[in-house]
Amino acid sequence: MLLIMPGCGDDRPTHTPDGRVIVRYWEKWTGFEAEAMRAVVDDFNASQDRIFVKMLSVSGVDQKLLLSTAGGNPPDVAGVWTHTINVFAEKGALTPLDSYTEQAGISRENYIPAIYDQCTHRGFLWALPTTPATLALHWNKTLFEEAGLDPDTPPRSIEEFERFAERLTIVELDRDGERVRVRFDELTDAEKQAKNFSIIQLGHTPKFPGWWLELWGFWFDGRLWDGDSQITVDTQANVEAYRWYGSYPERFGRRNLDTFGASFGNFASPQDPFLSGQVAMVIQGEWMYNFIDQFAPQLSWGAAPFPAMHPDPAGEVTVLESDVLVIPRGARHPDEAFEFIRYVNTQAALEKLNLGQRKFSPLAQVSEDFIRRHPNPAIKVFMDLAASQNARPWPTLPIWNEYKDEIRIASDRIYAGDTTVEQALADVRDRVQHKLDRALRRWDAVEDQRLAEWGAR
Amino acid sequence: MGGAMTRGERQNLVKGLAFISPWIIGFAVFGLYPILASLYYSFCDYDVLNKPAFIGTLNYQDMVHDSVFWKSMYNTAYFALFSIPLGMALALIIAVGLNQKIMARSVFRTAYFLPSIVPLVGVSMIWIWLFNGGGLVDHGLSWLGLPSPGWLTDEHWVKPTLVLSGVWQVGGTIVLFLAALQDVPKSLYESAQIDGASAPVQLRHITIPMISPVIYFNLVMGIIGSLQEFVRPFVMLGGPGPNRSALFYAINLYQNAFQYLNMGYACAMAWVLFVVIILLTWGVTVLSRKHVHYGGEG
Repeated sequence: MLLIMPGCGDDRPTHTPDGRVIVRYWEKWTGFEAEAMRAVVDDFNASQDRIFVKMLSVSGVDQKLLLSTAGGNPPDVAGVWTHTINVFAEKGALTPLDSYTEQAGISRENYIPAIYDQCTHRGFLWALPTTPATLALHWNKTLFEEAGLDPDTPPRSIEEFERFAERLTIVELDRDGERVRVRFDELTDAEKQAKNFSIIQLGHTPKFPGWWLELWGFWFDGRLWDGDSQITVDTQANVEAYRWYGSYPERFGRRNLDTFGASFGNFASPQDPFLSGQVAMVIQGEWMYNFIDQFAPQLSWGAAPFPAMHPDPAGEVTVLESDVLVIPRGARHPDEAFEFIRYVNTQAALEKLNLGQRKFSPLAQVSEDFIRRHPNPAIKVFMDLAASQNARPWPTLPIWNEYKDEIRIASDRIYAGDTTVEQALADVRDRVQHKLDRALRRWDAVEDQRLAEWGAR
Repeated sequence: MGGAMTRGERQNLVKGLAFISPWIIGFAVFGLYPILASLYYSFCDYDVLNKPAFIGTLNYQDMVHDSVFWKSMYNTAYFALFSIPLGMALALIIAVGLNQKIMARSVFRTAYFLPSIVPLVGVSMIWIWLFNGGGLVDHGLSWLGLPSPGWLTDEHWVKPTLVLSGVWQVGGTIVLFLAALQDVPKSLYESAQIDGASAPVQLRHITIPMISPVIYFNLVMGIIGSLQEFVRPFVMLGGPGPNRSALFYAINLYQNAFQYLNMGYACAMAWVLFVVIILLTWGVTVLSRKHVHYGGEG
């Protein structure tokens, strides 16, 4: 029986012909982002006579990692995201790194604290960061000028932001039998009421690019859970956030927005609505620069913290996440894998990687000319945001995927005017709380066993 | 005898089993075991990575109280209710047409069959282009001076859009109808003509009864197919659609299994779907017993 099943084991070579241990490394990046990492991998391999890292670009890396770990044949290193750590850790899919980092002398002090903290879960360290990202307001300076706004002064509060957004919105309508184009704030009250216009240019829409619909509460001091066991999506601050969200179709007309939105080209193309000047202000991460550079190099733009409802002098609000490297449970060469992760986490390697990917280093210490050498003229805005005490991670909930989908559904309902904001968010809370309770019960059942496993490393 | 086998019989049995063992082993390993395992997991809390924990019927109880589960049921029923009759009627009409002695008949037959061999994902991408705001369909409508609904963005239009695009691929059904139509004895039509029956009467009293086994077969396959509808909504809407309007049963199951890793719950959903399909098929069989005529039964 064994003779006829030779294909069941993994018979890939574990060593190179010259005797170096092969470390298999799965990474989600493609294109120039993969190239930047490949350059670091090449440096590492050149510096080594014991280890050889084989990097592979893998799409849907989180799902494949989970399945390969379940199947007992994971890669040695994988590149995932901070927001996948807690789920993967609790499912027992990762190797804790504490004993490694202790030995290597790596500690929290070396990093921007909020980034390091996101690599920990339930008191253990699961990953080390590579390329962090924060979100900021990007605005089109030319459109500001055309609207009579100071192109170098972005809005500082939501209230100001909305004033700007309306000023930056241009609509076309019939006035006294004539087709005219006017700015939204020049419409009469009756015209605003009738909404009988088509949108030519939009100051902002919270639906574009629509990647963080579930996180808008952050800018309104909202929290999505209490950090322990309670879902808090229906608190006053979050209600306020989604009222703001729902105010867009109320003011500009849902059909008008839908029609205008349908004309948006693909993201990362010259027809992207921000790049083509259809939308004047947008929330995006530092990667937006890459696309501006590639598709609209003539665009005059700036980046600044996205305004908050109640601006906090102690720090601007942003969403902070990071790409990270992990060692899956059951990896064949965990020690060699960590050797590689440790190399990537040196200041030189991280700066090379992040200059290549045009992001910023997660380390607390940055070389003096990093910002000067960085192609993105606004990179400091994003770095400062990462250091802000109001830089918030995605909630580290085991059921975050479901939670996120529920909020998105609720935001659809609010946008369509199907229900009140309070009702939509209460529905989310009921459904998600039920799921969270179940997930917590599941954790309670395995907690002792897990903690013992992790501590034994 | 006494039930005991002779030596020769026993040997024959062993040999026979040995000869079909590749199939038996294959079925046991890749068919029976997964099926039984999924039945067991449906009574477990299982997230793929950790060992399944037995929780009794909790998954099934959750399902009853899960409004999203019922919404996916409703969406699927809605889709099936419109797409099956519409698809079958259309296929029958086309098949009857293609069964006439018309010019370039084989060209038409090929043309109508062609859509059903186009890969579903490719077709879905084309539908996205057609139905997207400002897409070709909208262009056509604005030519006629008609407003365009949010085909893929308005929750009330999403399901009709999916029905519409699904009906396009009825080629397989057409072929089956066509084969059945050609089996209807010419003599029946000839004698009906002598009796002065008009074409619609012939259709009603000869064609449909004679091809009723194929109608029944297509109905059952249609039910199974629409209850498992997955690829087009998944590709065209990238998930559950606005306000879960395109969350069909199979998509809900997929999300629970592979996005949320509620594998136990997903297994339970799969078994419920299995039971629903069996019940519906049985229902159709009972209802159609009187109306399906098999050749040779008189």
